[in-house]
Amino acid sequence: MIDFLARSGRRYLDALASLGRASAFLVQLLGALPSLFTRFSLVIKQLFSSGVMTLSIILVSGLFVGMVLALQGYNTLIGFGAEESLGIFVAKVLVRELGPVVTGLLFAGRAGSAMTAEIGLMKATEQLSGLEMMAVDPFKRVYAPRFIAGFFALPALAAMFSAIGVLGGHLVGVELLGVDAGAYWSQMQAAVEFREDVLSGLIKAVVFGFVVCWIAIFQGADCVPTSEGVSSATTRTVVYSCLMVLGLDFLLTAIMFSV
Amino acid sequence: MNTQQQQSDTLVQITDLRFKRGSKVIFDGINMQIPRGKITTIMGPSGTGKTTLLKIIGGQLKPSTGSVQVDGLEVPKLRRRDLYTLRKRMGMLFQSGALLTDITVFDNVAFPLREHTDLPERLIRHLVLMRLQAVGLRGSRDLYPAELSGGMARRVALARALMLDPMMILYDEPFTGQDPISMGVLLELIKTVNAALNLTSLIVSHDLAEAMSISDYVVIISNGKVIAADSPKALRESESQWVQQFLNGLPDGPVPFQAAAPDYATDLFDFEQRS
Repeated sequence: MIDFLARSGRRYLDALASLGRASAFLVQLLGALPSLFTRFSLVIKQLFSSGVMTLSIILVSGLFVGMVLALQGYNTLIGFGAEESLGIFVAKVLVRELGPVVTGLLFAGRAGSAMTAEIGLMKATEQLSGLEMMAVDPFKRVYAPRFIAGFFALPALAAMFSAIGVLGGHLVGVELLGVDAGAYWSQMQAAVEFREDVLSGLIKAVVFGFVVCWIAIFQGADCVPTSEGVSSATTRTVVYSCLMVLGLDFLLTAIMFSV
Repeated sequence: MNTQQQQSDTLVQITDLRFKRGSKVIFDGINMQIPRGKITTIMGPSGTGKTTLLKIIGGQLKPSTGSVQVDGLEVPKLRRRDLYTLRKRMGMLFQSGALLTDITVFDNVAFPLREHTDLPERLIRHLVLMRLQAVGLRGSRDLYPAELSGGMARRVALARALMLDPMMILYDEPFTGQDPISMGVLLELIKTVNAALNLTSLIVSHDLAEAMSISDYVVIISNGKVIAADSPKALRESESQWVQQFLNGLPDGPVPFQAAAPDYATDLFDFEQRS
C-alpha cells in the first residue's frame, strides 16, 4: 500500500517536473524566434519537410471526409426535405471543426512524430552536443525553425483540408446524389460567415499548430538518448498531441460559441 | 615559479571538482592540470566519468562544487554568451563524430565558418579544402555522413573541429572501434595537428597502448579520484600496484575482479536455507 502511494506520488512529481521543463523550454524557444529573421532558409527547408510532405495525406483525407459528410448529411437532410442545404452542412462542419481537428491529428501523426524522432536521434548521435560545442545554439539552429514552420504549416494545411473536403462534398452530393449545384454553392456562400466560421476555425488551427509543435520538439529534445528513449518519445508526442488537440478543441468551441 | 608563469603553462586547471549524478558520486574531489601545448590523456576504467569530465570542461555540465578554469576563465560561472565565445576556441571530437547527417562532408566542415563568420564562399571553399586535405579526405567532400566509415567520420569531425583555429581540442574516445590502419592514421593526425598548429590536446581514452604512445602526460582516474598523473615513462616505472594493474591489464588486484557482494559462502548458504 505504502509502495503504491510512493509510486503514484513519484509519477505525479515526474509529471510536474516534466511540465516545468516543457514550460522553461517554451520560454527559451520563443526567445530564439527573432534569430530566424537572418536564417530564413532554415524555415523554408522545414516548411517543406513538415508542410509539403504532409500535404498528400491531408488532401486525400480531406477528400474522403468531405465525401462521407455529404453522404451522411444527404441522408439526414432529405428526411426534412432540406437536401438543398447540403452545402451549408458540409462547409460548416469542415471549416469549424473537422478541418482544424483532423488536420491537427494527422499533422501530429505525420509531421510531429517525425520532428520528435529526428531531434531525438540528433540527441542520441551527439549532434546536438556537437552543435553546442561549436558554439551554435540548438534553439536557434534546430528547434526554432521547426517550430515556426509547423506553426504556419498547420493552419495552411487545415485550410486546404476544408477546401478539398468541400469539393469532395460536391462530388458526392451534386454529381452522385443529384443535389442542385447552384443550391450547393449559393447556400454555402450565403450561410458561411467569415467571423463565426472561418475565423474560429483558423484560431483553432493556429492554437493546435502551436501546441503540437511545442510537444513534438520538446519531447525530442527531452528524450532519453537511446533507441528505446526515442521510440517512446515519439509515441508520447502522438498521444499527447492528439489528447491536447481534442481537449483544446472542446475548450475553444465552448469559449467561442457558448458565450 | 610565479603565478603568472604558472597560468601560462597550464591551460586547464581543475581544483577540488565534485560531481554527482542522482545519488551516485562520479567525481569526488579531483585536482588536475592540463599543460598548454602538450597532448594529455585521461585514462580510467569504463564508467569512471571520463566523458563527463570533458563535458564539464566544455561547460555542457555543471559540477556540484569545485573550480574548472580554462585559459583563466571559470567555466561553470560563465554567462551563456561568454561560454559560447570560449567554445569557439575549443574543438571537440565526439566518439561518433557527431556530424550533421543532413548535409555533405563539405558543408559539415564549412558549418562553423558559415555560422560564425561572414567570409565569402570562395574563401570558405579554400579553407575547407585545406582542412580536408590535411585529414586526407578532400576526395570525399560530396559524400554524406551515412556513407562514411567510423574512422572517416572521425577524420571529418577533426577537420571540422580545426575550422575555427582552436587553442585546444578535446577528443572523446578517438580510438574506440578502429581498425589498425585508421587507428594509425588517427594517431598520426592527432600528433601532427597538435605540433603543427601548436594546440593543446586532451584525449579521453581507455585504449592504453595507443594513448600512451602519443601522450606527453597521462592522468589516470578511478572511483572519482585521480590515482596517478605523470609522463607515460614515469607511470610505467611506477610502484603503485593500482597503476601496474591498470597498465598491464591484470584481472585482479586493487581493482577487484568481483563486484561488491556479500560473502560468497553466506550468499550460497543463505539461498539453500530459504528454499
